[in-house]
Amino acid sequence: MQKKKKVRAYRKRDYQAFIYLAPWLIGLCVLQLYPFLSSLYYSFTDYQITSKPIWAGIKNYVELFTSDSEFLTSLWVTIKFSLLTVPGKLLLALAVAVFLNRNLKGINLIRTLYYIPSLFGGSIAIAMLWKVMFMDNGVINALLAKIGITGISWLGDPKVALVTICMLEIWQFGSSMVMFLAALKQVPSSLYEAASIDGAGKIKKFIYITVPQITPIIFFNMIMQTINALQTYTSASVITNGGPLKATYVMGLKLYKEGFSYFKMGYASAISWVMFALILVVTLLLFRSSSSWVYYEDGGDF
Amino acid sequence: MTKKTKKKINLVLSYVVIFIIGFAMLYPIIWMFFATFKTNEEIFGTTALLPNSFSLQNYIDGWNGTVIPYSKYFLNTALMVLPTTLFTLISCSLVAYGFARFRFPGKKILFAILIATLMLPNSVIIIPRYTLYNKFHWLDSYLPFYIPAILACYPFFIYQLIQFMRGLPKDLDESAYIDGCGTFRVFYQILLPLMKPALFSAALFQFMWTYNDYFNSLIYINSVKKFTVSLALRLSLDAESVVVWGKVLAMAFVSVLPLIILFFAAQKYFVEGIASSGLKG
Repeated sequence: MQKKKKVRAYRKRDYQAFIYLAPWLIGLCVLQLYPFLSSLYYSFTDYQITSKPIWAGIKNYVELFTSDSEFLTSLWVTIKFSLLTVPGKLLLALAVAVFLNRNLKGINLIRTLYYIPSLFGGSIAIAMLWKVMFMDNGVINALLAKIGITGISWLGDPKVALVTICMLEIWQFGSSMVMFLAALKQVPSSLYEAASIDGAGKIKKFIYITVPQITPIIFFNMIMQTINALQTYTSASVITNGGPLKATYVMGLKLYKEGFSYFKMGYASAISWVMFALILVVTLLLFRSSSSWVYYEDGGDF
Repeated sequence: MTKKTKKKINLVLSYVVIFIIGFAMLYPIIWMFFATFKTNEEIFGTTALLPNSFSLQNYIDGWNGTVIPYSKYFLNTALMVLPTTLFTLISCSLVAYGFARFRFPGKKILFAILIATLMLPNSVIIIPRYTLYNKFHWLDSYLPFYIPAILACYPFFIYQLIQFMRGLPKDLDESAYIDGCGTFRVFYQILLPLMKPALFSAALFQFMWTYNDYFNSLIYINSVKKFTVSLALRLSLDAESVVVWGKVLAMAFVSVLPLIILFFAAQKYFVEGIASSGLKG
């Protein structure tokens, strides 16, 4: 009986799966694959929303990289933004998670409170709050003055403005922290005990046991956070509107301007594909390097 | 110093550090709450946390500060967010059922595609989507939010629900089949009730993300009478030459309040949803 079942490849019932998958299959084709491929096509065309796309070869890309200094600035700003926020957020989340991973009373309450900033994500309300707090005569500078530090022009100084926006992102480290905490809880305590017997200290245990055990979750977070960081829009738009002197002019702003203010759909598509290429490169690099630093209990079998 | 006192000091120090970090993290929110009662003079150039008086004038002025009162914006937000959340739950759980409980030809490839779309950035598809919606005359309505939800374009939730469903014993289905149940009844009457925690956490996250969304709303909605709260906030910021920040912050605070309340009411699901979402297996 058992054997027979294995030989018979699919049961009639199994084909019903496609009924359940139908909405997704339609959505995949119409709202994901079709837009994905057509934006690639648009990126090689001259396309105003009112007219039909006209093939233009690599003209858009050439223009982006040779004559559009605004784009090159935005590319560089976005890279800087990602390099600051992704490691900043993850390191802070990891440090706090490791610190909290003990038998502490009220750990659930602490975890909850630390999570609160993450609730607001890319919401405009919090971006507005940031803007008013970091103004020249805002509360942050007032607090600094109280402890004897001269205020900084958080939003007006081109050297600082991007950092101010990054701080908003890093402030929301709670969700990564909760993930890390859950991962830390799953590290088998027998490993630590064995290490103790071998005479390993706290730092050694952290480097050789804790970190390797939670690399899958670090890896997952890195990819997701990078994808988000490269597409950032709201905070830069609301807090500084890309200024001062384009110091916070991220690619999301450039994409919006070309696509939805000027309706240069072909040109904007080219920008979005540069963004995608960037995401692809980072993801592939992470995946490639992952075999040397990400540890899977089951040998990486998905 | 004995080992015990050393441990105690350590513990106290830990709590001090936890408190300082927590205070620094929550200070902006606390400050925001009190700032909603302040005038511009009280907001700028001073460290005082408490306002001179707890007058609700900022809330009243802010609520009616734009052409349309905020009650309409909140209604619009509900009209956009709640159906989107509901549609997402229905479609994603059906798709997850298809993946988790059936062995069908092409499953491996389709699952790989699902995982790949997890990493498909919104920016890459937004322009063709926009032109598509434009052709269908869906712009300036909430359909650009409903339709992707109905068509399960949220691989993240599908993946999460698949993982949860895999944890439910398959014997349940088998015995129901023997009793003569069809596949839909197995899903609807047996699996769905068991999936409540996963569904609840997916609902919370979809609610939160759609509620906070600014970029998509900005692109798809253009008439003020259809504005959501996010768009209205932007409007109130740009409306006047001298911004009365108390007013603006009052409305910003009102806009984040539903999230805070929801979070405290359902924190278990938030934290568990987040904790399980990234873990393998």
